[in-house]
Amino acid sequence: MNASPPISAHLDRSADGGNVVVNIGPSHPATHGTIQIVAELDGETVKRADVHCGFLHRGFEKEAEHHTYHKVIPYVDRLNYCSAMNNGFAYAEAVEKLLGIELTRRCIVIRTLLCEYNRIADHVTCVAASIMEMGAMTAFLYLMTVRDYIFEHLNHLTGARLTYSYVRIGGLARDLPEGWLTRLEEILVFTERYLERIHGLLDHNRIFIDRTRDVAVMTPEHALNWGFTGPTLRSTGIALDLRKDSPYLAYPELDFEVPVGIKGDNYDRYYVRMCEIDESIAMVRECVGLLSDGPVSVDDPRVTLPEKEAVYTEIEALIHHFKLVSQGIVVPPGEIYVSHETPNGELGFYLVSDGTSRPYKLHVRAPSFVHMGGMHTLLEGYEVADVVPTFGSMNMVGGECDR
Amino acid sequence: MTGRAPLSFDAIEREFASLVERSSQSFGMPVLELRVENLLPLVTGLRDRFDFALFLDVTAVDYLERSPRFDLVYHFYSRRHNQRVRLKMPVPAERPVVPTLTGHYGSARYMEREVHDMYGIEFAGNGDLRPILLYDGFIGHPLRKDYPIEREQPVVPYRAG
Repeated sequence: MNASPPISAHLDRSADGGNVVVNIGPSHPATHGTIQIVAELDGETVKRADVHCGFLHRGFEKEAEHHTYHKVIPYVDRLNYCSAMNNGFAYAEAVEKLLGIELTRRCIVIRTLLCEYNRIADHVTCVAASIMEMGAMTAFLYLMTVRDYIFEHLNHLTGARLTYSYVRIGGLARDLPEGWLTRLEEILVFTERYLERIHGLLDHNRIFIDRTRDVAVMTPEHALNWGFTGPTLRSTGIALDLRKDSPYLAYPELDFEVPVGIKGDNYDRYYVRMCEIDESIAMVRECVGLLSDGPVSVDDPRVTLPEKEAVYTEIEALIHHFKLVSQGIVVPPGEIYVSHETPNGELGFYLVSDGTSRPYKLHVRAPSFVHMGGMHTLLEGYEVADVVPTFGSMNMVGGECDR
Repeated sequence: MTGRAPLSFDAIEREFASLVERSSQSFGMPVLELRVENLLPLVTGLRDRFDFALFLDVTAVDYLERSPRFDLVYHFYSRRHNQRVRLKMPVPAERPVVPTLTGHYGSARYMEREVHDMYGIEFAGNGDLRPILLYDGFIGHPLRKDYPIEREQPVVPYRAG
């Protein structure tokens, strides 16, 4: 078997004679994601870095053009699989806006609740993974416990731990099960207790501070120039947050702060995420207070499947069900860009419809991908040992980055 | 965020009337359609005049039957005005070359590489158009409408049987 290497690194040919070129990844025990970093080292210092992604490319956009709008939903889940809810709701909103659908009140509140709930899980995963790579095994296990409680709880709601396929165009797959909200509050209390321990273990920890403070520092202008959004941008002190700036779902009704950092280093990125978890916990509780009775899906024959009971007893409902499943929903021609504040930053869907039941074009503006495009600027000038903490603080998720 | 001056569609339209072929609004977002030669002046103007400092996204749409065949679609964000804007630019298949925005925004580097991978559009001036989501030796541009979805180009050959 004769396989050629998948990329030719820019650095092979042009490295300084006295420097060493090392290859990190794409499958490396200390990078939680398939990414390749080719670094030119002068001693321990990274002189230049070439970040290469694409190892998880599955042709999401090509597949989307060949599937009906509902059948795209499972694919969307597999973008950022640590917070699949957020992806699904952003995608659904793009389609719903083209269709001119107004969601039900209960659906809006549940979606907002799940967005924030999933954000907790995503941030917890990011912090856990990046500190584990610095050797903080206890903190990792604490956070993974929290994450697992949340995933098991979402499993109760949706039947899956990570890739939920819970959103539907015009609503949700099903309402909250009995007792779900009781367990939710238990998990929130548990999460708060464990977060306190994480703060205690890390905030003033000499080793942690030495590894993260003043490492991979950037200015707000630098972050904007490289297209950074989300906690990565906010770590520099810019309070840019789509939930505040162009509120969607129930965010206009929620009372929350946008935490920002001071100097945009790895420590700030850790701290911004921790503060955002606190805000998210408060927002989940606010959403529980806003919940009112009512249907979770719109009553719109263009998109909503008829009740199962009716499908088995009435011929019209059976035909309706058959048409929606086999032909799919028909979206009027048009184009739209919808972006949501996902845990990693601005996740945008650019959707072009030609009036059929499949997207003509569905492009994902993936925050992870843009972040990887600028990450070399945060690696260069620091030590090779800083590569892994910096990479961890960016929270690159392969599924979202490579699509 | 409060206290930020909203930017009216008219203000953008007036400012760039000479650079824009057609303008419209799509779900509250200004859409400016332009010709390739006006891209750099328009982007420079948007950035310097209205603080569109965040280059969000670039992608292409393939209209196989149409001439010019491609539309290049850009999205920008202005923090000062809390406003997003979309630029649309037709690109012919015979000469799919557009100027790069890497001189204006660092984020253009990766995103242009992706569009180059997927649609075969050249970004003149972007010195690094190596494959990013694909790999060296990949033949064709998978998001073009005439690239069949079932075509496979494995890097490592499949094992027999």
